Amino acid sequence: MIRSITRQKPEEEIDRLLDGLGRVFIIGCGTCTTLTKTGGEPEVRAMKERLSGQGRLVTGDMVLPVACDNLTGEALNEYGQQIDQADALLIMTCAFGVQTIARQLEKMVVPALDTLFIGKENGIGRFDEICTQCGTCILGETGGICPVTSCHKGLVNGPCGGTNNGKCEIDPEKDCAWTLIYNRLKDLGRLDSMRTYQKPRNHQGEPSPGKFILSA
Amino acid sequence: MNTKTPSRLEKILAAGHLAVTSECGPPRGSNGDAITKKAEMIKDYVDAINITDNQTSVTRLCSLASVIHLKLMGLEPVLQMVTRDRNRIALQSDILGAASFGINNILCLSGDHQSFGDNPQGQNVFDIDSIQLIQTVRLMRDEGKFLGGDDIDQPPKMFVGAAANPFADPFEIRVPRLAKKIAAGVEFIQTQCIYNLEKFELWMKQVRDRGLHEKVYILAGVTPFKSAGMAKYMKNRVPGMDVPDEVVKRMSDVPKEKQPEEGINICVESIQRLKEVEGVRGFHVMAIEWEEKVPEIVERSGLYPRPKIE
Repeated sequence: MIRSITRQKPEEEIDRLLDGLGRVFIIGCGTCTTLTKTGGEPEVRAMKERLSGQGRLVTGDMVLPVACDNLTGEALNEYGQQIDQADALLIMTCAFGVQTIARQLEKMVVPALDTLFIGKENGIGRFDEICTQCGTCILGETGGICPVTSCHKGLVNGPCGGTNNGKCEIDPEKDCAWTLIYNRLKDLGRLDSMRTYQKPRNHQGEPSPGKFILSA
Repeated sequence: MNTKTPSRLEKILAAGHLAVTSECGPPRGSNGDAITKKAEMIKDYVDAINITDNQTSVTRLCSLASVIHLKLMGLEPVLQMVTRDRNRIALQSDILGAASFGINNILCLSGDHQSFGDNPQGQNVFDIDSIQLIQTVRLMRDEGKFLGGDDIDQPPKMFVGAAANPFADPFEIRVPRLAKKIAAGVEFIQTQCIYNLEKFELWMKQVRDRGLHEKVYILAGVTPFKSAGMAKYMKNRVPGMDVPDEVVKRMSDVPKEKQPEEGINICVESIQRLKEVEGVRGFHVMAIEWEEKVPEIVERSGLYPRPKIE
């Protein structure tokens, strides 16, 4: 399953964003940020203790089942009074959740997390970005491995000159995407694909911000 | 091979001479004299001078302005352009700007990733890659068209080069990759620094087996070591570099004060040996922050004087 991958902001940044806001309501999420341990029950509890220790009043806290869901508005209503008493909402969900909540309530929102990427869990506790949702998929020519995402330079015509023992020049722990593609295409007997000249990419396959309307 | 541009480098190669190019790195400041001083040291010993484009992703005086400094000295510059920092609009625009000053050589590169440099948080542009840049310059020159399809009023006349690294892996991909660059329209190649001569010779054999040496001028890249420390650094820290243990040992085995001389000796011996390799059409001498040694290397390698061609 794909997940929204997040990392908690440095404490100093959270403190700066909360400067002058004495009463805070904390919101976590039971889905992605619970999985990544950045905004589940234990993290919300720890945040509450830290803020209380700073002398702030935590008016309440909750962990939404799925913060980005349209039902979030109703879930928030149950905490109406505690939310009303707060100067700000400290939100421990990904930015999808932060924006969903911000649209529901006339309240100052402060994200406690940075949203890193939409990723896949590859083994316990490990999440990888494997698709940047570029809108112009070339996986059919690269053996199912995406160089737009997995190559640090996003090269589509083969590897740069920095491959070192199959690893990327900028991270010796990371496989060179084009070495993986080469090996895969070789196994499949489809090395010809690598000879194909890929034209300059259409970086506006879906102009940002993306919008899609289902036709009737 | 007939010439297609006013490039003096192209004429020298087409005439069958072994070409010699070198490079100068621009300063980390606005002092244009830093460029002209370096060029002054080497100008009589090389046919063309590359100017690097923010090499290792460290911000410097731009390569476009630097090549103009050289052109104003009456020299033959090679404009290095990386695709790391500029999108296709900026690249095409800079190509026209260079052509307006009579710059006739370009080296198309993707460029080191910005995480190596002084602005690791900068945007990763790579709108197009080096192969696409090669094709873009050829499109602009030969068909007089922009990438977007519009006509160019007075197309740029540039001799198109690129880099090749015979030593990066997988090794078996490296010759096909050169073939891909040739198919995209590259006309000359300057290789990564060569220290592993056997491996380079094997790569060249594969190049010849496919007849690629007749489709592109290959200039063998060499860089003299200043010290054993530099040899170790290049071996261990520079991605895609192949420095055999015996070369490092040869540098380490001489006393420190003799090491610069030994580095020059290795460089000259390499050139002598590479001269014998069929398909090597010249040398690209990259004396990193050691430009004053280029004349000695060129002279001792029997590559001086340089041919006079206008």
